[in-house]
Amino acid sequence: MTIAPAATEVNLETQFPGAVTADTRKNYSGYLVTPDKLVEVAQTLRDQAGYVYLSSATAVDYLEEGKLEMVYHLYRMEGGPALMLKAQTPRDNAVLPSLVSVFPGADFQEREAWDLYGIHFTGHPNLKRILMWEGFAGHPMRKDWKEAYFEEAGKPFEKRWPEGHVYRAEQNNPFGHNVAYPEGFTVEGWTPEADKALYAGMEKIAETDDSLKTDQIVVNLGPQHPSTHGVFRMVVTLDGETIVDLKPVMGYLHRNHEKIGERNTYIMNMPFTDRLDYISSMSNNMGYAITVEKLMGIKPPERAEYIRVMMAELTRITNHLWAIGFLLNDLGAFFTPALYAIEERELILDIFEATAGSRMMCNYLRFGGVARDLPAGMLELARELVFERLPRKIDELDAYLTENEIIRSRCIGVGVLTAEEAIAYSMAGPVLRASGVPYDVRRAEPYSIYDRLDFNVAVRYNGDVYDRYLIRIDEIRESLKILEQVIRDMPGGEIQTGKPQYQVRVPAGEAYGRVENPKGELGYYVVSNGKPNPYRYHIRAPSFINLTALGKMCQGHKVADVVVILGSIDIVLGETDR
Amino acid sequence: MYGLGILRGMGVVFKHFVNSYVDDLRWLGRRYYNPEALKVRQGPRGQGVFTVLYPEEKLTTPEEFRYIPFLLYEEKPGGVQEDRCTSCGICAKVCPPQCIWIERTNDPKTGRPIPAPKEFYIDIDICMNCGLCVEYCPFDAIKMDHDFEIASYDRTSAHIWNKAKLSKPVSYYASIRPTNYAREEAVRAEKEAKKAAKKE
Repeated sequence: MTIAPAATEVNLETQFPGAVTADTRKNYSGYLVTPDKLVEVAQTLRDQAGYVYLSSATAVDYLEEGKLEMVYHLYRMEGGPALMLKAQTPRDNAVLPSLVSVFPGADFQEREAWDLYGIHFTGHPNLKRILMWEGFAGHPMRKDWKEAYFEEAGKPFEKRWPEGHVYRAEQNNPFGHNVAYPEGFTVEGWTPEADKALYAGMEKIAETDDSLKTDQIVVNLGPQHPSTHGVFRMVVTLDGETIVDLKPVMGYLHRNHEKIGERNTYIMNMPFTDRLDYISSMSNNMGYAITVEKLMGIKPPERAEYIRVMMAELTRITNHLWAIGFLLNDLGAFFTPALYAIEERELILDIFEATAGSRMMCNYLRFGGVARDLPAGMLELARELVFERLPRKIDELDAYLTENEIIRSRCIGVGVLTAEEAIAYSMAGPVLRASGVPYDVRRAEPYSIYDRLDFNVAVRYNGDVYDRYLIRIDEIRESLKILEQVIRDMPGGEIQTGKPQYQVRVPAGEAYGRVENPKGELGYYVVSNGKPNPYRYHIRAPSFINLTALGKMCQGHKVADVVVILGSIDIVLGETDR
Repeated sequence: MYGLGILRGMGVVFKHFVNSYVDDLRWLGRRYYNPEALKVRQGPRGQGVFTVLYPEEKLTTPEEFRYIPFLLYEEKPGGVQEDRCTSCGICAKVCPPQCIWIERTNDPKTGRPIPAPKEFYIDIDICMNCGLCVEYCPFDAIKMDHDFEIASYDRTSAHIWNKAKLSKPVSYYASIRPTNYAREEAVRAEKEAKKAAKKE
């Protein structure tokens, strides 16, 4: 199988005269495409130029120009920088063609853009709200939309200093006064319209043949089901115990992280990124720091780079231990494997706590460095873990689980995703690599010091749950290899470029930074207009986009397998719902 | 052979099971309620049962551990408490969830601001323990605490902390963060020496 045809360079501007122009705004890059040619351009890029992977699709609201802009980041599977496409549409009648027919991975991302920005995508198969609920008034990410507890457009707020007369936000806007119900509304007598429509859409008429007639039923898994790892709901159509159709429903943990991010100043966003994928906060920090550093044009000193990579790889180990442990929980192996895995994770969290001050909400990275140096004895502790304990424990976990016949029979051949599908659905991280696509941002577009570290991109070829389990074991081993090099070569010196500043100056422009998070490619798209608060702050959340293929993976399997397949994607709802 | 994988897995569990008794024996009954043993149990060489018997046993918090911030005051002779805070407002400006409220003192005669806080509030329901206020305080006047047992029965009356509740002596800070304290004092002494040299 060829993942991508031999890439030929396509000169978009000559091939589509008048329809494609280079983006000439200062510190912007990519191409502006007229909406009517967007699908055609995307198709050409995919089929002729090898840009088969749609990483991120998001909107920006340019209020002053009266325009909404969709920004698409396309990548080649053999690596290299992004090709950015942008399409603009007026704010008051925002319509763009949907790219789902070219890149099925655009599905959820376009729904998000419709939900939060109100861009109507013509040709989208299921253009409904995804994070907010059906019936919500307005599109919250638009610049002129204000939240219920709105205080000011940007932090810091005037009321805090020097006349800080304290009050609680709810005193100003008590619950009850900011909610309006329609006439004659009672909670008991209310069936959500959206749910009714959703169920109606999923009820399928059973195929009638001469054999036994069976009804198909629609069942909710979640949102409060423990197997969903949080508040996530799957609406499934069942034929007996076999899944006919599955639709994920999310947004229960939605807090409009991106809107908060646009109210915040740049440095304030750092602790908020911890709360995205709260299992791996250090890597979240890293993605954000790298993006803003791109905009600012600074680089952290050598020692800081090493510390960052050390923390990011330790994070990968903790995340994969957690993922493996809870995959086993989903399989029914109640907590013994999970707790064996968590024991090692706790020891790594001890390092985070002693260095960053917190076990999970690390908030450790700063623009141009890290918050503080490693405390005395920390490198020795890390060395003992990485060289002595962890390899032994990973081998033990491997011996404990890998050959277990129950695990093999439950996992092998379940939830298969082929390489073509994985790319088309914009899957990322271990799920993509378990389907036989050796794509890892650390190698495809190296950041930090990964270009000089010796490690392999783990890859497995069957694309089932078992391979997604195996690849996590492989990746832990590769991470240990990286850690050995980092700890061995840790240089001395400064940990911060320049003086630490509480308000950084970020020149106007746009930047997309991405890192290989344990769960997949985590991207930050930040637009600055030179002010203290970011103009646009978008997160390409791997947990969210990886769910696009969940329905596809589950079809034809049993209810119990759905739980396992979801576990093998390894989602975190903090990041999915943002 | 079918079932061998399961048997090997059970072997691993059995090893863990036996190890927990072996480790109990090694400590000769002093495995629990013993700070020395706790350190080893929770370290990279720990074996056997990994749990901590909270609240009888408590893990020592590392120096950098951060919880709700507190304000520092110097203990001057005669029981006078001198706030280090000058109410410059940097902490309130950098606070991500905007939970710090500072009221500046104004001179009653001239009406001009005096560098001392009249009141200082932190809404601890909103505080996210990020520690940015501490990082950017130019006067070492606000620091993160180690006391994490602050649960209370009533949120509306007990969770906005004022200056009196937030203030703690410098000696307390020195006791929970000795390394940081020593480093900051050295920087202070150097600055003082420079100032003195300039005067002469």
